[in-house]
Amino acid sequence: MSRYLVRRLAFAIFLVIAVSSASLVLARLAPGDFVASSLGGQASAQEMAQARARLGLDKSIGAQYVGWIVAAAHLDFGQSLAYDRPVRDLIPERAANTAILALTAIVLATLVGLPLGVISGSRRGGVLRGAIRSASLVLLSMPPLLTSLFLVFLAARSGWLPIAGMRSAQTPDGGALLDLIRHLVVPAAAIGLPLAAMIERVQAQAMREVADQPFVLATIARGVPPARVVWRDALKPALRPVASVYGLIIGTLLSGSFAVEVITAWPGLGNLMLNALRARDVYLVAGCAGAGAVFLAFGTLISDLALALVDPRGRV
Amino acid sequence: MNRFGVALVAIACVTALAAPGLAPHAIDDQFPGLLNAPPTLPHVQDDAGSWHAPYIYRWRLVNQLEQRYEADRSARVPLAWFSNGRLVGSADDRQAPLLLLGADSFGHDVFSRLLFGARISLSLAAVAAIGAMLIGGAIGGIAGYAGGATDDLLMRATDFVMVLPAMYVVLALRAVLPPVLAPAVVFSLLAAIFALVGAPFIARGVRAIVRTERGLDYATAAQALGASDARLLVRHLLPAARGFIAIEMTLLVPAFIVAEATLSYVGLGFPDPIASWGTMLHDASNIRFADFPWLLSPAAAMFFVVLGLNLALEGAPEGRGSGIESLR
Repeated sequence: MSRYLVRRLAFAIFLVIAVSSASLVLARLAPGDFVASSLGGQASAQEMAQARARLGLDKSIGAQYVGWIVAAAHLDFGQSLAYDRPVRDLIPERAANTAILALTAIVLATLVGLPLGVISGSRRGGVLRGAIRSASLVLLSMPPLLTSLFLVFLAARSGWLPIAGMRSAQTPDGGALLDLIRHLVVPAAAIGLPLAAMIERVQAQAMREVADQPFVLATIARGVPPARVVWRDALKPALRPVASVYGLIIGTLLSGSFAVEVITAWPGLGNLMLNALRARDVYLVAGCAGAGAVFLAFGTLISDLALALVDPRGRV
Repeated sequence: MNRFGVALVAIACVTALAAPGLAPHAIDDQFPGLLNAPPTLPHVQDDAGSWHAPYIYRWRLVNQLEQRYEADRSARVPLAWFSNGRLVGSADDRQAPLLLLGADSFGHDVFSRLLFGARISLSLAAVAAIGAMLIGGAIGGIAGYAGGATDDLLMRATDFVMVLPAMYVVLALRAVLPPVLAPAVVFSLLAAIFALVGAPFIARGVRAIVRTERGLDYATAAQALGASDARLLVRHLLPAARGFIAIEMTLLVPAFIVAEATLSYVGLGFPDPIASWGTMLHDASNIRFADFPWLLSPAAAMFFVVLGLNLALEGAPEGRGSGIESLR
């Protein structure tokens, strides 16, 4: 187990270095640079050359990359050109916002999707099963981009919920936490509802497969009440496929949260990456892409470990 | 296969193909007096209760600031069928255009742009999916057939692409190139990026199938009869992966439609005169679309196409869980 962990960690570190290096080089290769896009047409050629020298953008790509990677080994990821703050300070703040959003979404998806999947998977027909299956099919066809547009539309029409940002300008009555929760509803539901549909599908399928096994019949024959069979005896082995889905969901979370962050102006990693790309802020681009890779690598690692807990057969 | 799902997808494809004949207006027709005008619904019965051939009312601007319009019920504007080489339009195109889904903030007809946008959005997704199939099929086929070090190397490479944060990679790759490019360049570029990101999902499954099939008697028989490696792979082994590839492509197409829309939404997609569903949503995002719900019709169109593809997969062997969802 520990050897497996070490191998996975080594791969994760390699992935993070590769992704951030590649994005640094790509962002540098792109036409135009931070100086040209921020100073625009007003500056003279001399002023622009001075600015480039001050920011270290006049060096060759190779020299700049070596300088960056040596500093990065000392946990200094450079200075954001656009925000004029160290990348190291900027990223954790935004990554935490993305994590809040992603975690809320995943909890919401589990709380909604899992029980509904158990219900629809343990019935052979009926109105409830039909309703759950239709709802999940509709939500499955609404990726976060569409769900968030729809929810923003609803929230704006009704005026019940804030549609943009993470906090109100002034802390309203009820405190900062309530304010944050109100801002979370739209983006978290936009990511969480399609995920809930996916979990419902997988859980229902797993329940149907377990229901055919002899031990379920034996339990029913022993006189255990049906609800208890479904929610205790059949549910336990049916959790494994769902646990394996979480590894895939991590990727969906990151890509889905990008669209949602942009649409609802959530100050997360996706929005930061977009701004960094637009401003040609090379170090920040590298930092964001690296942070995305960290997010993904550790997400998959955690979900693999969780899977090993649920299913001893998968242990390495 | 669910007939309703197949029908939805077929309708989308046919309307996209027939867009020039179905759309009442050209993609860049502008009606400066009708910015954000609501849909003009065809009527058949007037206020007095008498019946007429389908007609519309002209919009009259009531409030310039809020862009509120009122129907001018004094005069009926009949619809003109099969004129100017299109199915239907208004008899008075300049003053009272037929706007089935209203107008956007530039005064374009949303319905016409939706039809022309479908051509871009759907064909891009289809081309990218075919590209992913070719690349993924080749990689998976070679890896599964050759085995050994080749297999190891190719599978490591696909593993690597699969664990990359897909949206960030697509963003970074697109952002490297100049922000404004010719539409044809953007199209090929996006198709190539999507195909590369989608290919590993197909490659992994194809490799597994080819590996299993290679050990079966019919493959040995073909080899004994003197079939070359290439012939054995292409003619005998890859056809076994047809069903798998069909399912994976049906999952990739919606992922690509949404990816294009996301990129265009943030302004990294198609340039201005071109309408795609993503660029239309981008235009809608610049104003308070809550007051003008018809601007979200591309989102509705996207929903129906994705729903159709999902329905078409109902009953197919569970292809889900392959991870393609993570591209969305």
